[in-house]
Amino acid sequence: MTETLKLTLDRREEVAVIYTEGYINNQGGEEIARVAYELMEQGQKNLLLHLGGTKIVNSIGISILIEIIEKIIKIDGRLGFCSLTPTIEKTFHIMGIAQYAGIYSDEPAALEGFAASS
Amino acid sequence: MVRGAPLQEVTLKLPMLPDMEIEASKAATSMAEAIEMSPDKVDEVRMAVVEACINAFEHSGAVHREVTLNVAVLGKSAAEKLCITVQDSGGGFEPDSVEEPSLERKLKAERKRGWGLKIIRGLMDEVEIRSSKSGTTVVMCKLR
Repeated sequence: MTETLKLTLDRREEVAVIYTEGYINNQGGEEIARVAYELMEQGQKNLLLHLGGTKIVNSIGISILIEIIEKIIKIDGRLGFCSLTPTIEKTFHIMGIAQYAGIYSDEPAALEGFAASS
Repeated sequence: MVRGAPLQEVTLKLPMLPDMEIEASKAATSMAEAIEMSPDKVDEVRMAVVEACINAFEHSGAVHREVTLNVAVLGKSAAEKLCITVQDSGGGFEPDSVEEPSLERKLKAERKRGWGLKIIRGLMDEVEIRSSKSGTTVVMCKLR
């Protein structure tokens, strides 16, 4: 039985926040990408992935997040992450993700970061 | 990597099935918690085990669709480190020929994957990879 990732979406004025709950593996990554691409098609350029409900990710899931970064850069948008566990944050730094996406301690800090650079 | 007799150990045979890496990580985290490793270190061990198992599942090409996982507590009299061994019986690879991934290149490339070894090396204190045509063994240790 595969672990299922649950997603919740909150569309704010400038940023769409995607809340994750569960394991981000290949299926989880694809589900996040599906929602992200739908939002981008609807004109949303700023996405925040709130990983507070995710305690584990794997590199296949992160590779799909990299595809989202690639696509959002192409439309001059931004992807941010917030509420990461220390290990997920360390992993993102190992991979260099912090150079291409904002990494914030929590949601208010992330929203402030998006507002400051808009 | 020099390894003495373990103070405690567990060995599991894991079929290469979806999410079996999570079962492997549970065994490793239980042992890490038992030796009172800090929660952050436990989490790093868990992630590294997941990556090592996924590498074996995805790339080994093993006919026997099975991975052997060994989790051992090592130390002279008290627990000093936790070592996890992930072994497959696949075709092996040349660890030195694996290109170090960079996000700058991956963003332009069709294939975004290939991060497992970099993540394992970044999260664990000691990593050794032995590979031949009869299989690959990844030994990774975290100091307590």
